Amino acid sequence: MSQKRKRQPSPSAGIAKDGKYRRLIKRIWFYRFYYLLALPGILYFIIFHYIPMFGIVIAFKDISPFGGVAGIIEAPWVGFKHFNRFFNSIFFWNVIENTVVISGLKIIFGFPAPILFALMLNEIARVKFKRFVQTVSYLPHFISWVVTTGLVTALLATSGGLVTEILNDLTDERWSFLTNPDQFRGILTMSHVWKTVGWSSILYLAGMAAIDPALYEAAAIDGANRFQMARYITIPSIAFVITILFIFEIGNLLDAGFEQILLLYSPAVYSVSDIIDTYVYREGLLGLKYSFSAAVGLFKGVMAFLFLIATNTLANRLGQPGLW
Amino acid sequence: MLKLSRNEKIAIAIIYFLLIALTLAFLIPFIIVFSTSFISDAEFARRGGYVLFPESFSLGSYEILFGRSKVILNAYGVTLFRVVVGTGFNLAFTITMAYALAKKDLPGRVPLTIFVFITMVFSGGLIPRFMLVDALGLRNTLWSMVYPGLINAWNMLIMRNFFMSLPDELFDAAIVDGASPPTVLLRIVLPLSMPVIATIGLFYAVWHWNSWFDASIYIDRSNLKPLQIILRGFLEATNMQGLEELAFIEDPPPAASLRSALIIVVTVPVLFIYPFLQRYFVKGIMIGGIKG
Repeated sequence: MSQKRKRQPSPSAGIAKDGKYRRLIKRIWFYRFYYLLALPGILYFIIFHYIPMFGIVIAFKDISPFGGVAGIIEAPWVGFKHFNRFFNSIFFWNVIENTVVISGLKIIFGFPAPILFALMLNEIARVKFKRFVQTVSYLPHFISWVVTTGLVTALLATSGGLVTEILNDLTDERWSFLTNPDQFRGILTMSHVWKTVGWSSILYLAGMAAIDPALYEAAAIDGANRFQMARYITIPSIAFVITILFIFEIGNLLDAGFEQILLLYSPAVYSVSDIIDTYVYREGLLGLKYSFSAAVGLFKGVMAFLFLIATNTLANRLGQPGLW
Repeated sequence: MLKLSRNEKIAIAIIYFLLIALTLAFLIPFIIVFSTSFISDAEFARRGGYVLFPESFSLGSYEILFGRSKVILNAYGVTLFRVVVGTGFNLAFTITMAYALAKKDLPGRVPLTIFVFITMVFSGGLIPRFMLVDALGLRNTLWSMVYPGLINAWNMLIMRNFFMSLPDELFDAAIVDGASPPTVLLRIVLPLSMPVIATIGLFYAVWHWNSWFDASIYIDRSNLKPLQIILRGFLEATNMQGLEELAFIEDPPPAASLRSALIIVVTVPVLFIYPFLQRYFVKGIMIGGIKG
């Protein structure tokens, strides 16, 4: 019927359109209270998110750090100069490699850890013990990276670290961890797993709690043992959650843990730990090369965006809802 | 419970062992730091480094942190401002926008949601953000720790989804009774939403308490520095004497003890609160299906 209406040549099209607009304006006026409520939030997103997005023009200009907003407008356009400098610099492949390798290590070890942790907790029949372990495992999530890296330093500092000193006493060697390029990525990975394993297990445990106990009872009658139950009932029922979270992890591959690395690294281990974010921070805010580091930051932003789209498309292809 | 085979019993025993080991791995760093914070100069000289159990308890480090300087108390004040005022602002902005976007037949609702969503997948990066805060004159003000993070898009969408799950009849009935939209929000929706508001509020509060990076780039003036910044300064300083914050100390306790005491001072509030509030956090995770 609506098709029929569309085909009709309407002499009163203009009036109908007017009516439509008036109706829309009426509806908008009817909802005026809600627009008023949304307004502060909209202004916030415009000011603190969209204006910086347009601020990326400085990546294509040569601005001075002291020129302010007027300086940005007056600064000369330089095209892709800063991008070319970054792509051709000796740091380019180094920071890309560090970002991807550190992120990859965190996924390889940090992704299965909460799944295993949840599977183990699921086998525990003593409710109080289970709840205690869970509560303690959430603890690292609630403390800041400053405190976490403080704990890491207390244990592993080259001079005065508890573990370092014990190893120095027990063996003839002089040990170093935080300043040792061979150990540093391992420390980043371990402290990441320590901080996230408990909290990340929540969604898996929730998935396991939702499993119908009748499934386990039926399996037991069929003679299945606990291993088989875990393999054929528990794991399949959380497979969906595993897939979704894995896609999220891959989508955030370029976020290798800025604050953690910034707080823990030192020039001795830059070669294995300088990621895109820390490079932007040092060059830009410490080195005051605003245009150059904005270009590096923009490169990362665009790559991360493409990555997210790619992984999300993949998720949709696999029949999962993904992010959108 | 069903009877377990021998293999299953062994497996369960191994699981118990691993879980206990893991629990210790979570706790031991805190225990070491807690113990070290009480160690005296004499004991430090004798035993060196960090200890698991101190022989005698000395409160020297805590006396110095709280007694001889206003630095720590002042930083506590700054952090409390962030947590209380910052979280209040966060909630006000998040609730209002979420409530508007939850209105199912609001013209422009979808474009507005996309408008927010875009900020989740693309950002201008660190440098433009820093220059903006600078240009707005927010540097070296307490507001530099409040305004830039007013709304977390994830939290806002979690709250919007909650509002959308409230039954429509609720609103219709109130409107029929002659309630105006503001009355519906204040008298009906907010009281019903207290659990999700508490959850999101706690997310924001913990984020404020633990934030370090924003203050580290926006704040230079020492009387505006929050706890995490002061703690970082302590941890970084290899030579305690060289640190401006500690210039007032004549006979310092061991540096390791002072550092540990400050870690405890910064962590203890969260440590005591989180076990009682964890169900709210867990609920928030469930609603949003998010991590972090």
